[in-house]
Amino acid sequence: MLLRHTPKEIKERSALVINPAKTCQPIGAMYAALGIHGCMPHSHGSQGCCAYHRSTLTRHYKEPVPGTTSSFTEGASVFGGQANLLQAIDNIFTVYEPEVVAVHTTCLSETIGDDLPQIRDKAFKEGKVPAGKEIIYASTPSYVGSHITGFSNMVKGMVSCLCEATGKKNGKVNVLPGWVEPSDMTEIKRIAAMIGVDITMFPDTSGVLNGPLTGKHRTFAEGGTKIADIRKAGDAIGTLALGEWASADGARTLDSQCKVPCRILDLPIGLSATDRFVDALRIVGGTSVPAELELERGQLVDVISDMHQYFYGKKVALVGDPDQLISLTEFLVNLDMQPVYVVTGTPGKRFERRIKELTADAGFEVKVKAAGDMFLLHQWIKNGPVDLIIGNTYCKYIARDEDIPLVRHGFPILDRVGHQYFPTTGYTGAIRLLEKMLDAFLDRKDRDTPEKHFELVY
Amino acid sequence: MAETSPLTVFEERQDQIHCTGDGPFEMACNRDSLAGAVSQRACVFCGSRVVLYPIADALHLVHGPIGCAAYTWDIRGSLSSGPELHRLSFSTDLRERDVIFGGEKKLAAALDELIDRHHPNAAFVYSTCIVGIIGDDLEAVCRTMTEKKGIPVIPVLSEGFKGNKRAGYLAACKAMNRLVGTGDVTDISPVSVNILGDFNLAGEIWIIRNYFERMGVQVVANITGDGRVADIRRAHGAALNVVQCSGATLDLAKMMREEHGVPFVRAAYLGIEDMADSLYRIADFFKGIDPGIVDRTRALVREEVSALLPRLAEMRRDLEGKKAAIYVGGAFKAFSLIKAFRHLGMTVAVVGSQTGTEEDYAELAQVTDPGTIIIDDANPLELSRFVKEKDVDVFVGGVKERPIAYKLGVGFCDHNHERKIALEGFEGMYNFAREVHASAMSPVWRFVPRREAQNRAAAKGGTAPADAGSDAPAPGEANIPNDKEAVA
Repeated sequence: MLLRHTPKEIKERSALVINPAKTCQPIGAMYAALGIHGCMPHSHGSQGCCAYHRSTLTRHYKEPVPGTTSSFTEGASVFGGQANLLQAIDNIFTVYEPEVVAVHTTCLSETIGDDLPQIRDKAFKEGKVPAGKEIIYASTPSYVGSHITGFSNMVKGMVSCLCEATGKKNGKVNVLPGWVEPSDMTEIKRIAAMIGVDITMFPDTSGVLNGPLTGKHRTFAEGGTKIADIRKAGDAIGTLALGEWASADGARTLDSQCKVPCRILDLPIGLSATDRFVDALRIVGGTSVPAELELERGQLVDVISDMHQYFYGKKVALVGDPDQLISLTEFLVNLDMQPVYVVTGTPGKRFERRIKELTADAGFEVKVKAAGDMFLLHQWIKNGPVDLIIGNTYCKYIARDEDIPLVRHGFPILDRVGHQYFPTTGYTGAIRLLEKMLDAFLDRKDRDTPEKHFELVY
Repeated sequence: MAETSPLTVFEERQDQIHCTGDGPFEMACNRDSLAGAVSQRACVFCGSRVVLYPIADALHLVHGPIGCAAYTWDIRGSLSSGPELHRLSFSTDLRERDVIFGGEKKLAAALDELIDRHHPNAAFVYSTCIVGIIGDDLEAVCRTMTEKKGIPVIPVLSEGFKGNKRAGYLAACKAMNRLVGTGDVTDISPVSVNILGDFNLAGEIWIIRNYFERMGVQVVANITGDGRVADIRRAHGAALNVVQCSGATLDLAKMMREEHGVPFVRAAYLGIEDMADSLYRIADFFKGIDPGIVDRTRALVREEVSALLPRLAEMRRDLEGKKAAIYVGGAFKAFSLIKAFRHLGMTVAVVGSQTGTEEDYAELAQVTDPGTIIIDDANPLELSRFVKEKDVDVFVGGVKERPIAYKLGVGFCDHNHERKIALEGFEGMYNFAREVHASAMSPVWRFVPRREAQNRAAAKGGTAPADAGSDAPAPGEANIPNDKEAVA
């Protein structure tokens, strides 16, 4: 029992986190930055931070992840990191030749009070930024929020550093996809194209973190949103922000900065949330939903109807990031399943309220916790078992100890592939989720059913 | 884009790269990474955490924001034969409030609760960058908790910005040294050792312990793989420290020599010669008080090697003439790997480390063939440039190097903390050969661009060779066309 040290008895904890269901802001900023074409994420802090973020992203995607660091030393921590950052900017543009450097802070540089806007100005004034190249930045102190906050802050940084309004609308629609997988970003673009809406999506990590084997090591991959396109996002007719937690700030900043009206939607995971996304796209683009997309929706409803008896009443423990959990909870309720435990490490009471709302009429008790951790989730499970866990790789300790099937979803997934290539957003993504859950339930049933009750056909 | 400049090396880094046979040896190292480089290096905290974390019955509390704990949560497969407390992740999760008002109270409360619940035999409290800035007095909190709870509560002064991983090793050694000398040593044999610098990845320390036991040597403490607090407390009772890994625990060995008079020998468990040499060195040390030990050791080595060699020969048949690149954390591994590759009939074309010292690199220049590239603190651009230039077949490295190798269409062997099979000892040598064979000979490389031209040529000839990767250029023939291709 790997987690034999987890007691069943639950005591209120105030001073510590055990087995976190979150990590810190900078890695979110790094992931978002990788969704810009030719972007070098830069960590303004000690070199360990950058190494950890790159390693974690590499384990999750099985891809090389570029990233540079200001390599703080004791001196920099006393006298400020400006000299390090200026030197870093100079070196990065000279050697790696990125289109843009996306600087994020760390707890260290935040606390010593480095002023990023001022350092950025200085870099431009001193000619350290070649013509046509850019520096964007985000303040991402590790002791505030979570990795999701960091992602959101970097998206906001893209808007505030790059977006301009010329006063002439270009007819395009911005989509901020939220912290989803590269495969999901491809799916979101596909759905928009089917509906006939001309979108600019940023960030876009498709083609960056699920690239092909080319025989070449390139610091920067083919994919990512072009800087020029992000600049023009200020002229769009509207913004759809997917995920309140990861995308709303960026969309609202764009609204106040360039007068681009925005709508905040849930991540299009599951039937109802995808319906709302499709509807919003249709309305903002002034188009109609094509037959091909109707077909995909019909197929999803068909699969649910075919197999609904296997979903009925299944108790599920969910752990992950707020935007994903909100949509997943709604989807599971639609499937007549019972998401009885919902835990995110990201702090915020409004998350708890939202989950309560989504499950208010569902007829079962739901325990929900923001700023929670996996230790608490495990204790809940010890006190009342579930049929399925949905969460990241770290759930496998609980799954093994308690002998509960696990569907991997979220960040990080360190021990499987698939998330890079197959989306869980959109209608076909929902079918994939159904397939994964059914596989988990029915493999378990085939394993556990006594011989005399063993069935061939489900 | 960066593709246009694969040959650019930071001017400041020229003296951290050396080519064996090119003029006199002179190399800079142990230098802070250049700001703005895509360094493969980590920080002080990382160094301390990896050294101490395998002590399985201790509490490991990370005092800092959540990231430092989250990124180090059980990412190394340091196995335990008993408690699994080290696999949990404990963090004070410092928030903005704590940064302003200080985190000492929170730390004390966390320790209070954790020690009461888990009854660890000791607690290590790691400080992180932010703790160094806000100035929490870890010493004071730990002293109070030690008195209150009756177990050693030890601060690990591992603020990330205070250097690189090596500084973290030293901080870890200082922390462990506080435990050494506090346990009862009465029943310890005069023929006894501590194993230092092995982290029991994939169960490796169990292999080594087994050899020692067969030699008649008592193992007092594992430091730190499958480690226990009580063993470390009485480690000073051992007659000898056997130190692997040039960086991680050498400082502790030196402290124990100074304070407790325990001598140490260096050891390496990777590869046939290094493994056998290490065992003989230990036998040699004890032969005065246990004359039979030399024969027992010889018998052990003979038995193991004679079982191993025929199995290796099978692998060598396929691997003969292939080339390897090595990029490891500590340089000691590089030495063993160079020898291990020779047993497979392979040459090492590129070798580098994150934390090598000047002596390490000088020695590497001695033992490598002319033309071998030696490199300190490499970045991905440099690594991929040399891998292509030397047309290597297998890259040996860690988590960040794996996808680079694969993108280039080169095989890979994880020799770092993410290895899943035991590579130490004689059976580890076989596992290593198998791992190299599995990757270097994989059919997947036939489908990658790097080999496509060669495949086409082979197809034209009518018969494709069974091993599509054997057509490497002759030694000394620089593979420039590949690079030009990359530029275009």
